[in-house]
Amino acid sequence: MTAADAVTAVLLLAGAGFCAVGALGMLRFPDLLSRLHAATKPQTIGLLLVLAGLAPQADSVASSTPLLLVAVFQLITAPVTAQTIAGAAYRAGVVDPATLTLDETDRAT
Amino acid sequence: MSIVYTAALALLGAAFLMTGARLVRGPSTFDRIMALDVLAVLLVSGIAVHTAVVEETANATILVVIALMGFVGSVSAAHLAAARAERRERA
Repeated sequence: MTAADAVTAVLLLAGAGFCAVGALGMLRFPDLLSRLHAATKPQTIGLLLVLAGLAPQADSVASSTPLLLVAVFQLITAPVTAQTIAGAAYRAGVVDPATLTLDETDRAT
Repeated sequence: MSIVYTAALALLGAAFLMTGARLVRGPSTFDRIMALDVLAVLLVSGIAVHTAVVEETANATILVVIALMGFVGSVSAAHLAAARAERRERA
């Protein structure tokens, strides 16, 4: 087992662990917004760790560039997706206002 | 190394199953959209690990495509679901 393999092993297991914990939170949390939290952040860090774990296994820098692309893309899109879903759910009236500590949207009364 | 790959794939598989349970259970459309989005991310992670297992790099392009499709899909689905809910509210 080389040093690169050791780095890969640690990062891969940590990343997959984060993905599993995030999914567990998605399954167990009581309301939509907390589930959305569990769906976004642990999944993103999990994917980033998995991709970082794969980078040492690549033959050249060029072959690991798509991994970097996926990582950057995930960092950009995950907040956008979460924001869109949360906003849409709020407008659709799925979110219970009683669960919000602070509501700065226009509809707040 | 193969033990590490197996363990990572097992963890991702467990995550996939739990997310699938959320997808089936709902209860709202937005939970399902969110679950589908997470499934896409998990799919990317799984294919990435598989790429390392078979020591092949051509798969990396597939990762980019799936990540893009997942993003566009969930954002447009969320907009459609919100529009439908608002229409029902007005009616």
